[in-house]
Amino acid sequence: MIAPSANWLIGRDGVSRRLHLQHGPIDLVIEAFGVDAARAYEQAVARFQDILSVLVSELDDLRRPLTTAHPLFRGPVARRMAAACWPYRDVFITPMAAVAGSVADEILTAMLDGTTLTKAYVNNGGDIAFHLAPAESLRAAVVCNPELPHLDAIATLEAMQPSRGIATSGWRGRSFSLGIADAVTVLATNAAQADAAATIIANAVNVDHETIRRQPARALRDDSDLGALPVTVSVGTLPIFAINEALSVGVMRAQDLRRSGLIQAAFLSLQGENRIVGGEMLLGHDMKALG
Amino acid sequence: MSQAAATTAPKDDVVRCDACPVLCRIRPGKAGACDRYANVNGMLTRVDPLVITERAATEGSVVPFLSGSEGWNGSVAAPAPLPAASFVTGIGAGTTYPDYKPAPFIVSSQHDGVDMVTVVTEGIFSYCGVKVKIDTDRYLGPEQAAVRVNGEAVGHVTTAEYGSQMLSLGGVHHLTGGSKKEGTVTCDTLLALCNKQAVTLQIDGGSELVVQAGRPPVVNGTPEARMRVGCGSATIGIFAKQWLGHADEVIVVDDHITGVLTEHQAGRFLDMPLSGVRVRGRKSTPGRYFQVADPGLGWGGTNISDPLEIVENIDAKTAWPGMKLLMVSTTGEHSAWYVLDDQLKPQPAEMPAPIRLVVDRIAENCEPSLCTVLFMAGAGGSLRAGVTENPVRLTLSVKDRLTRVTSGGAPVYVWPGGGITYMVDVARMPDNSFGYVPTPALVAPIEFTLRRDDYAALGGHMDYVVQLDDVLQAGRLSKLAQRADNPWPITRPTAEEQP
Repeated sequence: MIAPSANWLIGRDGVSRRLHLQHGPIDLVIEAFGVDAARAYEQAVARFQDILSVLVSELDDLRRPLTTAHPLFRGPVARRMAAACWPYRDVFITPMAAVAGSVADEILTAMLDGTTLTKAYVNNGGDIAFHLAPAESLRAAVVCNPELPHLDAIATLEAMQPSRGIATSGWRGRSFSLGIADAVTVLATNAAQADAAATIIANAVNVDHETIRRQPARALRDDSDLGALPVTVSVGTLPIFAINEALSVGVMRAQDLRRSGLIQAAFLSLQGENRIVGGEMLLGHDMKALG
Repeated sequence: MSQAAATTAPKDDVVRCDACPVLCRIRPGKAGACDRYANVNGMLTRVDPLVITERAATEGSVVPFLSGSEGWNGSVAAPAPLPAASFVTGIGAGTTYPDYKPAPFIVSSQHDGVDMVTVVTEGIFSYCGVKVKIDTDRYLGPEQAAVRVNGEAVGHVTTAEYGSQMLSLGGVHHLTGGSKKEGTVTCDTLLALCNKQAVTLQIDGGSELVVQAGRPPVVNGTPEARMRVGCGSATIGIFAKQWLGHADEVIVVDDHITGVLTEHQAGRFLDMPLSGVRVRGRKSTPGRYFQVADPGLGWGGTNISDPLEIVENIDAKTAWPGMKLLMVSTTGEHSAWYVLDDQLKPQPAEMPAPIRLVVDRIAENCEPSLCTVLFMAGAGGSLRAGVTENPVRLTLSVKDRLTRVTSGGAPVYVWPGGGITYMVDVARMPDNSFGYVPTPALVAPIEFTLRRDDYAALGGHMDYVVQLDDVLQAGRLSKLAQRADNPWPITRPTAEEQP
C-alpha cells in the first residue's frame, strides 16, 4: 500500500511553488497566497492523510444511487458529496458525482481554518475549490480536449461574485459521462456543487447519432458506480444539427439549475461549438470564448 | 511500465490492486480508478502517470516536500513518512577493473513500490572521445584538418552544420594508437573538456579557438556572441512577408550572403516591384550577393559602418522618389531606415513601428553561441562483467529498455546496433565527473538501473546488492540536487525515450 505523498512543484522561475498531494486516484495541486500560506500548506498535508481511507470505508454506500432517503455518512467528505448531489436525486446520480469537488472543498476548508490568506485554490484534476479575500481574483482556463490541450476559454473569478467552486465534466475526462459534451465547465458556490452540476449538465448534452459509441460502465471498469448504464466511449464527427440539438438540451438543463440557484454559470463545448449560460452575470467580458 | 509489488493472485484474470485503499478490481486491459495501475496480461502494472501530473511536472522540477526550505519546517510531522528520494551516481564510486569482480556499488531502492537495483561504477574508457559543436559561422579550418593541442593531434574537423562547426576529438587512435605523448595530451584534453574546463585548440590551416562546454567559443581571440538568425538570404526568406506593405526594399547585410528583397525569390513570389537599388559584390543567384565588403566587426560580420557603402548605385529608371528602404544586419544589431528624395538619394528617416518590430524580431531569433561537448564511449566491454556474469544480457536489456543507462545521473543516448555505445552532454553531469588513468584512458561514471527481478534474471551479482539506506549511511557522500532538466533515473524509460 502506497502512502499519501506530498511534493512541491517548482515553477519555471525557480521560486514559485505549488503543493502536490497524491494518494491513489486523488491528485491535488494547491497554492496559497498570504501571510499564513506556510501554515495553510501544513494544514492541507495534515488533513489529506486520511481522506482516501475514510472515503473508502463508506465507498459501497457512496456508489449507491440517491433516492428518497438522504443517506447518512460519517466522513466529512462523504457528507459533502451527498449534500451536493441531493438536489439531483430525480435522475440517476450517486454521491460519487461530487467526489473530486468535495475533496477539494474539504482540503480548502482545512487550509482556511484559523489562517489569513489573500487567495488559495485546491485543484483536484480540474475540479477546483478556491478562496478569495475581498478584491482578489483568480484566472482559470478551460481545456475542452485533454488530448489536444489548448485554452478554450478563460474565466476571471472575482471575490465579489458568489462562486467559490469550478468544475469540468465531459466524456473525455477521467470519469464516465452519459453525455457527449467535450467539456462542461460550471461555476457554483463550492467545488462539490460545481462538480455535481457539471456531471448532470454533461450527461444532458446528448443526441442519438450513429457515430456515437456507448458501453455499459461495468464493462469498462468493474467498480463503476454507474453499473449497466451506457457511457460514452467515442464520438465521431457530428453534423452541425446534431451538435446544436445536443447542446440545446444541455443549455436547457443548465438554465434550470441556474434558476434554482444551484449554479452561477456554465460553459458547454461540443466539437468546437460553445454555449455560455449565465455569461451576462458572471462571465460576460471576463469569460472569453477563445475557440 | 513496471510491475507493482502489490498484486494478489489473479482470479479469472481480474487483478485486485493494493496500491491504495480503493482496492480496485481491474479487468485485463483496463486501468484502475487512478489510471496509474492497469491489468496487463493478468499482472498489476504501473502505467504512465496521469496527464495532470505530467503537466504539473512539465512546469518545473519535482522536489520532495520535506526538503523544501521555505514554508515548511517539518514541525508538523505528517503521519506517513515522506522520504527524500536519492539516486547514487557513479562519480567517485571507483571501479573493479578488469571487472570480473562485482561493481563497487549495487544498490537497491524502492521506486513506486518496485524494488529497483542500480549498478554504480566508474568505467575506464580507452574507446572514448568527445563530439564538440561550436556555434559559429566563422571559418575554423578545412574538413578533416587535424585539431591540435600543444602540437599533438587530438582529433579532426568534421562536418559543418547549420550555424555550427563540428569537431571530433579523442578516440582510440589518438589515445592509444599514436605516440605516448599524443595519447597523454589527448587524454588531458578530453578530461578538461568533459570536466567543463576551457581548452585551446589549433586547427591545421585554420583558426585557434578556445572551447569550453556551455560557453561561447573564442575564435582567434574574439568571443562569439550570437548566432545569426540565418544568412542574409535566409533572413530575407524568413521575414519577407512581414516586411511586405511596409518597405519597398530591404537589404540584409551579411559577410557571407547579402540579401536583396525585391530581387530575391521571396520578393518575386510576393510580386514586389524591383527597386533599382544595386549592391556591390558578386551576384550568386538573384537577390543573393557574396563579398559585398571585407570581413570585420561592422554590419553583419563585414567591415562597414555605413550601410550605404555597399550600395553600388540606384537605377533612376526603376527607383522612384519616396521609396522606403530598410538596411539591416543578420543579427538585427544594426539597422537603418531611408526614404529616397526627389534626386533618388536615400535620406535617413525615423523607422516606422512595424519595421522596428521585425528588426527586433531578427535579434530575438539569434540564439547565443555556445560550445557543446558530448562525451561518447563504449560500455560494451569488460565493464559489463562487473554488472552481470553474462554480459550480453546486460546489452540486450539496455536495448530492450529494461535497463536505464545514466552517466552521473544524466540521461544518455545509446546508439542503435551492437554494444553499449552512448553519448552524454557533459553540461548535464555534475562538475568534475571525469577522471583518468595513465593507460591513458578516461574514467567516467556510469549507472545501470533496472528492476531487481530483471537484475536477477540477467545473472546479476545478487549477493552484493546493498540497500540504498546503507549506502547513504556509509559516509563519504556528497549530495547534489538532481538537475531539473534531467529525468529522475530510477524510472523506467518511456517508449519514446532512448534506452
